[in-house]
Amino acid sequence: MELHTLTIHQLHQLLKSRQVSSVEATRSLLARIEATDSRINAFITVAADQAMTAAEVADQRIGSGDCAPLTGVPVALKDIFLTEGLRTTCASRMLENFIAPYDATAWANMKKQGAVLLGKLNQDEFAMGSSSENSAFGATRNPWDTNRIPGGSSGGSAAAIAAQQAIATLGTDTGGSIRQPASHCGCVGLKPTYGRVSRHGVIAYASSLDQVGPVTRDVTDAALLLQTIAGHDPLDSTSVAQAVPDYSAALKNDVKRLKIGLPKEYFIDGLDQDVQRAMDNAIAHLRSQGAEFVEVSLPHTAYAVACYYLIATAEASSNLARYEGVRFGRRASEAQGLIEMMSQSRAEGFGAEVKRRIMLGTYALSSGYYDAYYLKAQKVRTLIQRDFNEAFKQVDILLTPVAPTPAFRIGEKTADPLQMYLSDIFTIPVNLAGTCGISIPAQPSADGLPIGLQLIGRPFGEETILQAAYSFEQTTDWHRQKAAL
Amino acid sequence: MKFQPVIGLEVHVQLNTQSKIFCGCSTRFGAEPNAHTCPVCLGLPGALPVLNRQVVESAIMAGLATNCSIAHKSIFARKNYFYPDLPKGYQISQFEQPICEKGWLEIQLEGQPPKRIGITRIHMEEDAGKLVHGLGNGSGVDLNRAGTPLLEVVSEPDFRSADEAVAYLKQLHQIVTYLGICDGNMEEGSFRCDANVSVMPVGSDTLGTRAEIKNVNSFKFVKQAIEYEIVRQIDLIEDGGKVVQETRLFDPNAGTTRSMRGKEEAHDYRYFPDPDLVPLVISSDWVERTEKDLPELPATKRQRFITQFGLPEYDADVLTASRPLADYFEETAAFAHNPKAAANWVMGEVTRALNDTTLNIENCPVPPRRLADLLHLIDQGTISGSIAKKVFEELWQNDKEPAAIVTEQGLAQVSDSGAIEAVIDQILAVNQGQVEEYRSGKEKVFGFFVGQVMKAMKGKGNPALINELLLKHLKG
Repeated sequence: MELHTLTIHQLHQLLKSRQVSSVEATRSLLARIEATDSRINAFITVAADQAMTAAEVADQRIGSGDCAPLTGVPVALKDIFLTEGLRTTCASRMLENFIAPYDATAWANMKKQGAVLLGKLNQDEFAMGSSSENSAFGATRNPWDTNRIPGGSSGGSAAAIAAQQAIATLGTDTGGSIRQPASHCGCVGLKPTYGRVSRHGVIAYASSLDQVGPVTRDVTDAALLLQTIAGHDPLDSTSVAQAVPDYSAALKNDVKRLKIGLPKEYFIDGLDQDVQRAMDNAIAHLRSQGAEFVEVSLPHTAYAVACYYLIATAEASSNLARYEGVRFGRRASEAQGLIEMMSQSRAEGFGAEVKRRIMLGTYALSSGYYDAYYLKAQKVRTLIQRDFNEAFKQVDILLTPVAPTPAFRIGEKTADPLQMYLSDIFTIPVNLAGTCGISIPAQPSADGLPIGLQLIGRPFGEETILQAAYSFEQTTDWHRQKAAL
Repeated sequence: MKFQPVIGLEVHVQLNTQSKIFCGCSTRFGAEPNAHTCPVCLGLPGALPVLNRQVVESAIMAGLATNCSIAHKSIFARKNYFYPDLPKGYQISQFEQPICEKGWLEIQLEGQPPKRIGITRIHMEEDAGKLVHGLGNGSGVDLNRAGTPLLEVVSEPDFRSADEAVAYLKQLHQIVTYLGICDGNMEEGSFRCDANVSVMPVGSDTLGTRAEIKNVNSFKFVKQAIEYEIVRQIDLIEDGGKVVQETRLFDPNAGTTRSMRGKEEAHDYRYFPDPDLVPLVISSDWVERTEKDLPELPATKRQRFITQFGLPEYDADVLTASRPLADYFEETAAFAHNPKAAANWVMGEVTRALNDTTLNIENCPVPPRRLADLLHLIDQGTISGSIAKKVFEELWQNDKEPAAIVTEQGLAQVSDSGAIEAVIDQILAVNQGQVEEYRSGKEKVFGFFVGQVMKAMKGKGNPALINELLLKHLKG
């Protein structure tokens, strides 16, 4: 049996019935990483020894009759989650040797169940990017075609699932950073409602948009993992004190009379043919299962990308001010004096895209420009939220593409940041609205590249999109296709 | 040309909460460098602020006590700038929508009518850490203070003299210490002040260019700094120069101010709402509860002391200077039945004795109840006022009851006319010359006889009775 190909729920059954041990599963995944990661570069840090130790502990726990859904399950985390004792780089030279003194809450919740951490996953530096090419540790490659990008910024989280290097992973999504890589790598990626999962211990990119979510092989796993990480955290004031429903209970194969909106602004002429075909096919599938489709309008969609790149960069310019070489992280050794030490540390430590966004954000907040840029963007954000509220008066969920095209080639868009920014055009509005969205595998491209389908729900409407995604998954087998590595 | 100074004050009040404003670290002063730090106040990646409710409570109290309106919704903002003592590269403060706005305090200078000083706003913010220099190999950063809660109280530019500014400061200081939200220690920086000073020709309605003076941490220095700055600016203008907008540092040793940074070097703080903190919503219920629990404020207490105890304004002023002093007096007065005597003793003997030591009223060795007992002994005629002072000294040193000391040391007043007359006879007999003088009309010698009799009786004679009997014998 190829243990590394299993889902959480499949492995859980085997562990619980003692047919397989966590040590065996962990060994299988470590071997798989060893065999494949030179081609994928999904991992920044592999923690083999710690993982084996954790697996032994998990086996003892299972032996004593305690087997929670994640006990003994080998997982990996985007390198943006702080892990006590294991370095957290955020794919930056700045934090190359940073070892955090505490765990991110989301990981702490998984750890409590006995999840086994295989290592830390590659990404765009400080989560800034859509291709995972902006990493100080080299680009991650798409397991379906290693000449292509896996998407970003949680490219490692999706690539590791597609390359069967982890049973499940966590990513973060600020403008599509979970859903877009999931789409490009043929996995399930869920961006929960803002406030559903704690951001404590997650390195901040844009605080009002960042949200933690699972990347998994199927919808059942997404529900399981969300169940583990969701809930109020007293250490994060923006996490919401709302009861966490039983997400697994929502997994019913039933979309009868479910009203699904198709935002006309997302189905524009000139949409990539493969993407259009995947959407048409998905709509036909769901319709045949009894769902009803309605065209809706999200009139301010055209402004979303501009709005996002003002708000996200403004917040980033402030969030990244703490990296100046005084207390932790990279410090320029040759610098003379304070100002030089700070500016040189930043010059050496940050990559080009991070610098670009810090400058954009600093500009947007500057005296004399604040009203025209930051404040205006906040107003547009309110209008975009209103668009979604209006749409959800007519329909239960929305169906859209995740990305305008399947995964593009490595290097194809690095010279043109604006083209790169536009690859998040269908995912960004969900972050601005603060609501939830899931990417699930739909019909692949003619070339066999994965294409994702996005279902968007009301704020805290994760159950509804999970149910619809689950139903879709029951009648299709795209999520079972595996990258030939 | 005559000039009119225009002054506004920004006061930083350090709150005395147990823990910091956005994390659970202790705010205690004087610990090992960086002993009171955690990921939040160190500004580590991934750490998030969580607002301390007690800080909000203190801000509401300060706002209510200074006649501010309390905002139903207020917002925390980031003030961005780089400095090694500022761990996150920004300070969490409030900018638009602070917690308190539009308040006032009334000051009164001697011989002048009361004057109302506007308070523009009060907002909450976190303090920075501090740099430690002279460590040999570079400087150190101590972040124990980083995240200590502060209130910034911003006044309108309503002051026209340094004295007005000082009167306001003293009153504000009194209020925050009365509220118990600040220890008021100016030397340790718990209550510090920046002054915005400008001058304009008398009769003008256009404000002059202002200079902001930093680092003035005593009432005396505030007066000195403002007065120096007024003269500096007037001299500058009269010499044909121009005041430039700048930040100036007060030098307490020289009593002068000097330029720290000009307008060109002023920071662009790029304030924006902190996305890590949700808007702070304060229910009217919360405000009402706080208002109900507000301690009696100095002005109210002063007025009550005048009406309830019949004290003169001066006494009421002195006794309400601090809440512990007022409490001490009030407790004494409650037991003593003679408020004026209690006031005199608290302002006199007690204060004098405290001044001679390092003690303060909160740990005064003579508790109010005992002082009241002492006053009782005077009232009942058991001891005289001068004997009472001796007993008080004894009480200061020893943990004993006043009555016990009087008995032990035989200090009880002698009111036996026979005993007093015996002494008088003796004194008159040996001082025949003075008796003659008195009888020939030089009544001033009377005091001499009182003194002699008192001395002979070791101060224990009943003074009224001595007077009465002496008069009888001398006239006799």
